[in-house]
Amino acid sequence: MSSSRFVITVIGLDRVGIVAGITRVLAEHQVNIADIRQSIMDDLFTMIMLAEAKGENFDLAAFQQAMQAIGKELGVEVIVQHEDVFRFMHRI
Amino acid sequence: MLIHPEEILETIKMVTTQHLDIRTVTMGINLRGCCHPDLETFNSRVYDRILRCAENLVRTAEEIQNLYGIPIINKRISVTPIAIVAESCQSEDLVSVAHTLDRAAHEVGIDFVGGFSALVQKGMTPGDLRLIQSIPQALATTRKVCASVNVATTKAGINMDAVALMGRIIKQTAEATRDAGGLGCAKLVVFANAPDDNPFMAGAFHGIGEPDCVINVGVSGPGVVNHAVRELRNPSLGEIAECIKKTAFKITRMGEMVGREVAQRLGAQFGVLDLSLAPTPAVGDSVAAILEAMGLESCGTHGTTAALALLNDAVKKGGAMASSSVGGLSGAFIPVSEDEGMIRAVQRGSLTLDKLEAMTCVCSVGLDMIAVPGDTSPATISAIIADEMAIGMINKKTTAVRIIPAPGMKVGDMVEFGGLLGSAPVMPVHNFSSEVFIARGGRIPAPIQSLTN
Repeated sequence: MSSSRFVITVIGLDRVGIVAGITRVLAEHQVNIADIRQSIMDDLFTMIMLAEAKGENFDLAAFQQAMQAIGKELGVEVIVQHEDVFRFMHRI
Repeated sequence: MLIHPEEILETIKMVTTQHLDIRTVTMGINLRGCCHPDLETFNSRVYDRILRCAENLVRTAEEIQNLYGIPIINKRISVTPIAIVAESCQSEDLVSVAHTLDRAAHEVGIDFVGGFSALVQKGMTPGDLRLIQSIPQALATTRKVCASVNVATTKAGINMDAVALMGRIIKQTAEATRDAGGLGCAKLVVFANAPDDNPFMAGAFHGIGEPDCVINVGVSGPGVVNHAVRELRNPSLGEIAECIKKTAFKITRMGEMVGREVAQRLGAQFGVLDLSLAPTPAVGDSVAAILEAMGLESCGTHGTTAALALLNDAVKKGGAMASSSVGGLSGAFIPVSEDEGMIRAVQRGSLTLDKLEAMTCVCSVGLDMIAVPGDTSPATISAIIADEMAIGMINKKTTAVRIIPAPGMKVGDMVEFGGLLGSAPVMPVHNFSSEVFIARGGRIPAPIQSLTN
């Protein structure tokens, strides 16, 4: 594990307040957004964020739980994964 | 963003809809320091040793699973073949060692422990014999223990006395687990050229040349390969091979990353990454489905062996490019009961035992999870094993037999095992006798291929 950066993927039906809801939880956990992309693919709201944990005592499990909870509230799927999984899989 | 969004979504799809997973993180534990003439002392040393090495295995694997968002299905342990480390125990019966392994497995929370094993390709020691004779009772009275016996290698030939004995042991194991459809036999493998670092069950054990404590990882993904092949539009076979290679590469990379991270956190050495397309009963997560995606009407028809050869080779090539630590069995598994496509092929009559045997010449292991009628004779089972061992010996590859003579069942019945083991249709065997051939015993000499020095 080379960093404390995570890829957060949000997929679901578009509605008002998805970005606001997600970013509020990020701020609460001291997670900074390094990059963000959002589009509508096949009628699905798709947002991909590269985020970095800034807090010294960052608790991944608690953060993932909070993200899942807000996802449920907003009716979207939220997946939090360490960035290395994508680097390893697609890059040599 | 350095990582392309399409790559991110591709990875997520592989996990969420195509059943990509780390099938197993298997910790290999050396038990050579546990030897003792007193069986009780030996057992307590084994128990303590496993607990000391593996106490954090499950928790660590779960942390990694959450960190990367890649499911790790099984956490397992393999140990030094018990026949070797229990050789000096002054006891006729080694069933209590299996109980010890089972207790330790429950305590550390793992799914399976492999290594109730003996290596007897050239001959049997008293310890080997005691272990083999303990297998039926050991498997009937434990839940997580897996047993394996290596009866042949390319270098040593085939120990036909051991082959004959294993036919009887398999029958006894089925009988001892009669109430569960002969489930004990699903935890027992007979090998030729068994690898020392295989993370997959039931055949995992911690080989003699291995380090003290090692992490081996088994990655699966027939569903991903199946999906990738089906996405191609009217491809040539060369294009299919290329597509499988690329997919295998990605799967392997992910497995290696997970393996190294788990090993580092546990202070163990990273051993091998075994990329084996291990099907599950889930629809689409099937090796048969991949073969059918290449253009066969039903798995088992003419052309199946060629399609499987292409698949197995492409998987290995993709894996070898992705990691320098590829080992174990690496290739495609063709277990019948665990693969929904294989089950259907048997039921439609396109896949027979004889065709499966031919397929084992080019797949990564052998006759796997095959149910045969309960009245199949021990000699016939031994003869099926002998054929499979000959394929392994001559082709310098691992082959194995995991066969279940399902008590009281006849051709066409279904045996239910549940979970990853699935359900197996009972397949017919030849009715002509192999009795005299098997009763001859002795050894089939090592082939000319063994003289490589």
